[in-house]
Amino acid sequence: MAVNTDAIGKTYPPSTYAVGREKVIEYAHAVGETNPLHLDPAAARDAGYADVVAPPMFAVVFSGRAMTPALFDPEVGIDFAHMVHGGQEFRWGPLVVAGDEITTTTSVKDVSERGGMGFYVFETESVNQRGEIVVTGTWTNIVRA
Amino acid sequence: MNTGDQFELTVTPDRYLTVRYAGASGDFNPIHIDEEFARQVGLPSRILHGLWTMAQVARAHTEALGGPEVLARLSVQFRGMGLLEQEITVTGTARAVDGDVAQVDSQATQGGKRIIRNGDAEIRLG
Repeated sequence: MAVNTDAIGKTYPPSTYAVGREKVIEYAHAVGETNPLHLDPAAARDAGYADVVAPPMFAVVFSGRAMTPALFDPEVGIDFAHMVHGGQEFRWGPLVVAGDEITTTTSVKDVSERGGMGFYVFETESVNQRGEIVVTGTWTNIVRA
Repeated sequence: MNTGDQFELTVTPDRYLTVRYAGASGDFNPIHIDEEFARQVGLPSRILHGLWTMAQVARAHTEALGGPEVLARLSVQFRGMGLLEQEITVTGTARAVDGDVAQVDSQATQGGKRIIRNGDAEIRLG
């Protein structure tokens, strides 16, 4: 399959997500967390956090939605009927806690073709209200011919 | 933690797990929540969200190694498909320990198939 590499390096407008206590708790339950840091504001405060702590993989909640415009960008041109999520990496900085405001910027890191398959690699960088990078995500989507 | 140390987590996603995870994560792709749609596109049934399964790999590390602050990096590759109501086993093995940083290999299997492979984590110790 032919891929269009013109979008490599393209960056999309940042989006900001306000991390809510109940959303963190809802997510923590959905992934089976039992650590009270994620579920109990009093336990989180006793451990020195301002509010419940988001599990590291909560990153998908704010960075996944920030990536949507890139995923659907006609210039990127992903064929969704044949797309699978091939791989994922996250690199974490300071923990995210309820009350944080996280701003995520998405870019197209690479578009390539190997063995008849298209590889679309996106990067998301998420910073908190203090300007600290809380997580960088690398999302690899594979489109089969 | 020493090189070669291992940990394991087992979890069985219940029948409505993907519905709760769709709401929690915002990923409402119908292959995860609509049985009829999933079969129409050639899947055996609704399938798990890959990122939910990756969250189980992440949780295996944070539960075994001291909490959410230990996880500095995790990368995985998704293979095949995860199914509801079948036990998943996550295993992790310390590949290298150097000072207060450990490198950990991991995978997730279900019914003898690897649904996550090449899990690679960096852990902050101490």
